[in-house]
Formats: sequence, structure tokens, C-alpha cells
Amino acid sequence: MLILTCPCCGVTGEETEFHAGGEAHIKRFGPGSDDEQFHSYMFAKENAKGVHFERWRHNNGCGKWFHAARCTTTLEVFGTYSAQTYEPPKEIKDKISARRPGWSWREFA
Amino acid sequence: MSTRLAAGGRLLNKDRAYNFTFNGKRLTGYQGDTLASALLANDQMLIGRSFKYHRPRGVVASGAEEPNGIVGMGEGAKFEPNQRVTTTELFDGLTCASQNHWPSLEFDVGAINTKLSRFLPAGFYYKTFISPRPFWKHVYEPIIRKSAGLGKAPKERDQDKYEHFYAFSDVVVIGGGVAGLQAAYAAGKTGAKVLLMEQTAHWGGRAPVDSAAVNEGKENINGKPVDKFVDEIVAELEKMDNVTMRTRMMGAGVYDHGYVLGYERVNDHQPDAAGPRHRLWRVRAGHIITATGAIERPLSFAGNDIPGVLLASAVRDYAINYGVSVGDRTVVVTNNDDAYRTAITLKTLGLSVPVVIDARVLPEDSALMAEAKAQGIRVMMGHAIASVKGGKRVTGVEICSQAGEGAVLETIDCDAVAMSGGWSPVVHLWSHCGGKLVWNTDFAMFQPDVDKPPLGADGNGFVTPAGAANGALDLGGILADADAAGKAAATATGHKVGKGKAPTAESVEEAPMAPVWLMPQGAGIKKRMKAWLDYQNDVKVSDVQLAAREGFESVEHAKRYTTLGMATDQGKLSNINGLAILSDALNQPIPQTGTTTFRPPYTPISLAAIAGEARDERFQPIRKTPIYGWHEENGAFFEPVGQWRRPYCYQKPGESVHDAVKREINQTRERLGLLDASTLGKIIVKGPDAGKFLDMLYTNMMSTLKPGKCRYGLMCNENGFLSDDGVVARIDEDTFLCHTTTGGAETIHGHMEEWLQTEWWDWKVYTANVTEQYAQIAVVGPQARKTLEKLTDADLSSEALPFMAWADITLGDGIPARAYRISFSGELSYEIAVPASRGRELWDLLLAVGAEDGITPYGTEGLHVMRAEKGFIMIGDETDGTVIPQDLNMQWAISKKKEDYLGKRAQERSHMADPKRWKLVGLQTVDGSVLPDGAYCVAEGTNENGQRNVQGRVTSTYYSPTLDKGIAMGLVLHGPDRMGEVIDFPKVDGTIVKAKIVDPIFYDKDGEKQNV
Repeated sequence: MLILTCPCCGVTGEETEFHAGGEAHIKRFGPGSDDEQFHSYMFAKENAKGVHFERWRHNNGCGKWFHAARCTTTLEVFGTYSAQTYEPPKEIKDKISARRPGWSWREFA
Repeated sequence: MSTRLAAGGRLLNKDRAYNFTFNGKRLTGYQGDTLASALLANDQMLIGRSFKYHRPRGVVASGAEEPNGIVGMGEGAKFEPNQRVTTTELFDGLTCASQNHWPSLEFDVGAINTKLSRFLPAGFYYKTFISPRPFWKHVYEPIIRKSAGLGKAPKERDQDKYEHFYAFSDVVVIGGGVAGLQAAYAAGKTGAKVLLMEQTAHWGGRAPVDSAAVNEGKENINGKPVDKFVDEIVAELEKMDNVTMRTRMMGAGVYDHGYVLGYERVNDHQPDAAGPRHRLWRVRAGHIITATGAIERPLSFAGNDIPGVLLASAVRDYAINYGVSVGDRTVVVTNNDDAYRTAITLKTLGLSVPVVIDARVLPEDSALMAEAKAQGIRVMMGHAIASVKGGKRVTGVEICSQAGEGAVLETIDCDAVAMSGGWSPVVHLWSHCGGKLVWNTDFAMFQPDVDKPPLGADGNGFVTPAGAANGALDLGGILADADAAGKAAATATGHKVGKGKAPTAESVEEAPMAPVWLMPQGAGIKKRMKAWLDYQNDVKVSDVQLAAREGFESVEHAKRYTTLGMATDQGKLSNINGLAILSDALNQPIPQTGTTTFRPPYTPISLAAIAGEARDERFQPIRKTPIYGWHEENGAFFEPVGQWRRPYCYQKPGESVHDAVKREINQTRERLGLLDASTLGKIIVKGPDAGKFLDMLYTNMMSTLKPGKCRYGLMCNENGFLSDDGVVARIDEDTFLCHTTTGGAETIHGHMEEWLQTEWWDWKVYTANVTEQYAQIAVVGPQARKTLEKLTDADLSSEALPFMAWADITLGDGIPARAYRISFSGELSYEIAVPASRGRELWDLLLAVGAEDGITPYGTEGLHVMRAEKGFIMIGDETDGTVIPQDLNMQWAISKKKEDYLGKRAQERSHMADPKRWKLVGLQTVDGSVLPDGAYCVAEGTNENGQRNVQGRVTSTYYSPTLDKGIAMGLVLHGPDRMGEVIDFPKVDGTIVKAKIVDPIFYDKDGEKQNV
């Protein structure tokens, strides 16, 4: 059972306090997009082996959504950060680079 | 025979005798006995039968690894199957019975299987019962099911209490042997908060037994006997406030990020004591030390499963701990020095050890061997057991050369065999969460690869193995390793380590063991078919070899094909021996074969402990509306709706459910009905962008709704499927109140928050789920207006408050209310929302003033029938997660003007626009009967699986009291274009119901009744 820290209320809690919401930083494609774009947005999710960015909600706590940067193989948590952003903040990326040299954003090393 | 010795028994209190029964036989033991030691003390060697061949089974081990000694314990509400006798503490009045035999333990009909074992090899079931195909369902499966299953499920409800306990600790030490004690001490000294748990009732593990086995204090710690060291360190630990110690508590599992499950058997040994029987500890650990010891391996020789063949360590445990001799004449067979401790122990106690059969050929005698010889014990090096003689009890052994094929050199009479194939560290808890293993060639065992521990949230290892569990098998090495582990765990959790040193120990030096996986080395098929690996599931050396020959090369496949290690002991004894045989058959080294996966719990834990307090009224919260008390007092027949309990109908004395529903509907349609609609979801959406936000959430346009008005809306998910519906009321320019379905309130609120927080976070909108803040009562029927007017001065006329409008009014004694003129029944209807605290008051008032018009409360079934009569859809009936609004002919509720809403793009996909999608219609049976719920409408021909083609299905079906016949809605291929056509719905009994496709609105199509 994972431990995560909610960046909104600051509580460090058990996984049962949170709800996983799939991949983070997905761009929405609505009306006007072609089938390929919509398919990719709706269904083609990353299934990374290693560094991954996920959406979580503190649903048995403050109710806020946030993002977590995590390694899917070792379960290391590099950090959690606001969901109101288009890409991971620099300090999170730096932390990942320190732990996983050569890694780069969106390459899902 | 096995018997109680006059001397010995370090764990016994011989002043306190306990009576117990086994299969109805009255027996006696002592306080401190395990059930196993007490049974052996009474010469009860035969305890059960094996699973497949029903072979006689006796105790083989003395701890958690025991595969054979399992019994049904207790009676009635206290009955529990599959209890291990080796881990069950004896108490006065214990009753137990053997399992898996018929008609009796001594004479078992199923034992015929052992004579047929040639015809029941690995994979027997898969091979034999595959054809002819239909036989599986009708012939084979019923017969196999009858003989399957181990033990019997209890028939009565469990009367005991169970609880969960949450704990947090810097360091959790699993295992209370000398390693665990030393690790806990080293960590505790730094001030770290330590939790130490031991699965048995005693501290010290097996070191006191092993050291007691060698004479004259040759094995000691700090110059003291090991027993004394244990007493002293336990006393020291008890003095530390930062250390919590628990016996009878097993580390059941290690999970992600340092989560540990502890299984405390609080009262198993004193079933009449107060308090819970079991307690499940849910522990968050900063660092975990697994000081879980090691388990001795059996040797694989013909007849190694005959009762009386035990592990060598178990034989000396029974002698030293419980003063029980397993036999008068015990042959010891080994591939290592440790088993000599057993020979020496028995000889010292005055028992006979005719020979130690040692598979090794050593250049010179080791210290323990020399000591055994000095006591006059005969030692045969390079020899093996060709086969064990006996049926329900060992009568002798035939001896051969280990190097040969088993030609018998000598036969020796004996009534017990003590075997040792070396030791395997208990790596289970290390491995549960991903700790890796390495193969130790010297000791032929897997041990933790300390460079690859399970990793925590910070990316650092959070488990450290200690002592024998880490591959240290000598006393000095164990203590040094445990001390280092304790200090490392304390450091890892931010504590400063002082200068304390590990205790020093003296122990007897042991000669190297030799890996021996089969005895004798060249054993032929007849011997291999009698050399057991898994005693409980009857897996033999020959089965694993057969599996390898048939291509089950992966260890996980071989396990499932042979059932090796799949019994209740999960292969604690059998796995390494099985792996070695498999590796040999595949001609590859053991590490290349690898192990199967170690999964929690370490030994079975009770389901009741997992449930804890979550039973009966505490199983889940029950949500009650403010009017719940009235429902209870007035004959409500409740149904669960999510966590709510809603009245299905209100039964009058002597009235059937069906008649009650009929009465409620007729009364509502003709005069006046009353519905507790408080469970309806109510979400306030407020802010300058609230209209824009609701335009995205609903398929219709909500931003154009005028304050004071209501609009019915549909919500889809981003994949286009209908997820919820309800009426939206605009309160003011900035504020909307969204009604959701009863079950949907929390989900829809979550759905709104998700989009607001993660996609449109710059929109100025705030949401609040106020479902429980309001009681909501629907006043329904032709007399609704007249009744409400008695409670208010407000103008409720259709001009002042028309259909689909709302108004704030005051009712009765100043109850602030909001009246929505909305209708889910098709009648004139006002839904009145009041503060929850005044809900019951209003309900009572309405009952009083409505009495003269026959006011009749109705339940959810009345609600459902009335909405179906009107052709209104119900989320969850007409929708199932694959239905889009267009399927329900609800294009009218989809805005053409909006550029975007959730689900719009998805609904543009070709499959969603396919004219062949089944569409909603009404269905009316030709004979007036009620269609079966969920029935399919068949079409001509069959599909590729030979099943009838289908062209539609029933989504809602009821008896309509208003029309006095069955009515239904369904989704049918080209349905709206086929009005009047009669289609076929086969029933489960094979008969067919014919139904005509009709308009789904069965009652008041023009809405004249609701719009007055």
C-alpha cells in the first residue's frame, strides 16, 4: 500500500485515502479533432515501465486532485505536485534526473 | 511408540494437566504443550489423510511449516477447519477431529487411490477428464467436486470477536528468536520506536533447543547458556518504553512502502477469555527486520511420508521442549552435521539411536559426528535410505549406498526416522514486496540478496533480513548479523547508534553439508514414485520429473501442473526439493530455475480477522433520510439503494407487497401520494462561469435557463455514454442546483470536481454536494395543490408557479421551503425541499392536512412503475454504460448549438451513429403478462457459436396497475421504425412471450395531467 503526500493539504496518507486517476498531463481532444487524435486522447494511455506521471485525488481527505511522479517498477515516489499545470515542475524533473540519470520528460525512460 | 518422557519439557508446566479429545478419544496433556506434542505424547501418530491418495499422515514438523497435522478444531459456532496441530496451543477442553477420510481415519476407502497412483500422475485431471467434452459438466465435475476441498466449512455463525489495530513504528522486527531479540535490542537502544513480534508463545526461537542438544555448554552466548541469554535480553527489552513486544503474533505480510500485517492470535489458547479472538495489526513501519529463521528440509527417499518420519529438528524440539519421544528407536538420516544434535539429544535422554545414516563422505569426523560416536552411536557415511518400511507407522528402514541405485545392504528395525536435508532461510517476508534472492552454493539454499531489497517511497530499501533468515546459520554469525541489522534499521529511521557491541557466542563448528536431492542418487522409478515432495497434496519426485518431460519447464507451470506447493502449507517444506528435482530434470542449475512467488500471508490467517469489526451493523454505513423513523414505524419494506435504505412500499397488515404497490399507485394517480425523495442528489454549482460549466457537463444548454425555472438534463461521460440525469434549477444568475440520481450524487460531484480541478481550473466555479442538507418530499396527485395550499399563503396556481418552475415559499409553522414543480410520475407534483432538520415536521404536517384526501405515502416501486407508465428512463435500467442518449430517442435533450460538451466528440464516432444501434421502444405483451426482466428478443438464425441471434432486450418491465397489464421498455433493432410489429422473447423455461412494439409512453402522452 503506497504512501502519498497531498500537495494541497499537506497530509501524508495511506493509499486507501486516495483514488488513482490514470495518466497525468493528457491533452483533451474534443469536437473538431480527427479520429486518431480522439482515440489517442481517450484510450492510448502510457503504460510506462519506470518513471510515470499519474493523477490522484485525495478523495477521503481534502478532495483535491494532484499529480504524482512515480516509478512503476520500484514504486519510488519522486514527488507530488499541483494538478493545475501542463507539465511537471522543474524540481520534480530534477529529482527524477538525479535518481534516473539520462531520463527526460515524455520519454518515459 | 511415541510417548511422554519422565524428564525434559522446558516449555511445560507439568503441574497443570489438560484434558482434550481427538476424534472423540479422551486424552491428556500439559499446559505448554502444542496440540502436536500432546497428540504424540498419547501415541497418536496417525493424524490425517493426504489429499489425493488418502495416505496415512502423521506430524512431520514442529512449527508453521507443518503440512500433515491439520485438524478440524472445536464444535458448532467455534468450529474451524484446517488448523495446524503444531501451532495450536493446547488448552483444557480442546476438541479436534481428523479430516479427509471416510469412513474412519484408520480405515479409509479413498486410500484405494494410492493403489491406483500409477494411474493418477501429475496432470491426471487435465488429461483424463478432457473428453468427451459434455462429460465434464455433467459427470466428472460433480464427482470431483464431491471429493475436492480440504476440511469442511463451519455451518454456524462465528460467535467470536475480531478487531483491527493500527500501529506506527520506526522499526518492526518480525521474529522473536535470538536474532530478532538482538536486532530489537540494538534498534531499541538508539531510542527508535520498535515493535517486535513472535509467532509462537515463546521468545528465543530454536537456539535454546539447538544449544541444549550439545553437551556441556559448548554452545553459549557471552559464556551463558542460550536460555539464560534469552531471559535476560527479554527482561532488558521489557524495560524499554520505546519497545513493544508481542508473542502469538505472526508477521503475515510485508507490503509496499513499509506496510506490515501482523496477525495476533490473542485468545486461541484461552477460548473463554474476554476480548477478541484474533487481532489484525495494520502497521506502518519505517524499517522492517525479517528475523524469521530457517526451516529444515526433508530428504527425498522412498517412504519418507510414512507416519514416524519427521524432520530431525522436530524430533529434538519434541524431546527438549515438550519431553516427548517420537519413537523408542530412531534412525537419523542426514546430509549435514546439524542432525547429529538430534541423535545426541535422543541418546542423552536414554533412547535408542541404532544408526545415523549420513549421505556425505567426509575426510575426517566433524566435531558433532565425533561426539555422537563417543556416545556409542553407529554412523554410516556415504549411505542412504533405500526405503522406509511400514504403513500407518514406521517399522524399519532399508539401507543402501547413496551413490548407487538402492540395492539393500542392511535392514534396521526402528519406529521413527529423523531426517535432515539442510536448512532453508525463511525468505517469505523479504520476498513479499519484491526482495530478490541469491543461491548460496555452500548451504544449497536461497537467501536474501541484500543488494536488492524491496524499495520504499524514497527509493531506499526498507527491509533488512537478520540471522538465519539472512543465511547466517551459526550462533555467533546470527547475533552479529542481527545486531548490525538492528543498528542499520535505526540509522535508516534517523536514530543515532551508540557503541554497544554484538554479544559473542561459542558454537560447535560444523562440517559442510552436501546437497542431496534424491536418495539414493540413482533411485529407480519405483522408489521415485514413493519419494514424497509435497505431503499434503501428494506430489512425488516422479510427478515433477514427468511435468518436466511434458514441457512444463517454467517453475510456475510445473507448480500448477503438479500442485507442488499449492497445499495449505504453501510448499514451506517441499518447494526447494521440488525445484532441485525440476532443475535436475531440465539439466540446469537451481538458480536458473528460480522460485515460485512468495505471497502473503505467511501462513493462513482467519477471514474473520481480515473482516475485523466490519460485520453486521458496522459492515458499512447506512444512510437514513430525516423521515426514516416514520418509514420504520409504518410498515416500510426497505430496499438498499447504494448506502441508503429506501422504502420499496409500505405494507398494511395482511397486505402483500404486490397489493401495497398497487394501492399506492392507484391512490396517487387518483388522489394524493407522498414520496420521501430526500435521497435525490443535490449539488450546488455556483460562480460566474457556472452556466458555461454546466453547458459542458450536460448535453443540453443550461446557460440559457432563466432563474426561477427548471430543466431536465442528461449527463454523459467523455466516452459518450449516458451517466446520469436530473432536473437543474437556476437559483440566480450565478447559482444552479443540479439534481442527480440517488446513487449518483457522490460520483457526479466527483466528476464535476475532476473536470474543474484538472481541465478547466481557471473557470470560476464552485461546487458543493448538499444532498444531506435538505429533506425533499414529493407531493403528487390531483389533490397536490389543494393540500399544499392549506399550509401556505403563497400562490401555487399554474400561472404563478407553472410546470418546470420553482418558488421559495413558507409552509406550516415557518418552515422555509423551495417548491419545484417537477414530476417523475406524470401527475401534478410539487417537490418540496426543506432544511433536513424540518423534514419530519413537514412530512407529518402533510399527512395530517392530506388525510381528508386519502394521502398515501408510496415507495420506490410505485415511483418506478409510474415513471415507466410515462416512458421516463431510469439510469441503470435503460442505461448500462453502453447506451447513448440517441439510443433513447433523446435527441431533443442534445443541444445542436453547443460547440462542445462532454461526450460530444465520442458520439460523433461511426459506431455511435450506426443506424443499427438498438433503440428504445415500448413493449406490450400480446397476452397482457409481464415480460421477464432482461429478456432478449430473438431474431432468425444463429451466430458463429450456434446461439440464437438477438435483436433487442427488455430494460424495464412492470405490472401497471393503472392499465392493469404488463408494460415494458426495451432496446430493439430499428425499434422506432417497427411500431406494431410483434416480436418474440423466449423465457428461461423455453416458452415464448410475444410482445408488440409500441410507443414507450403508456399513460397521458400529451402530459395533460402533470401540466395543470
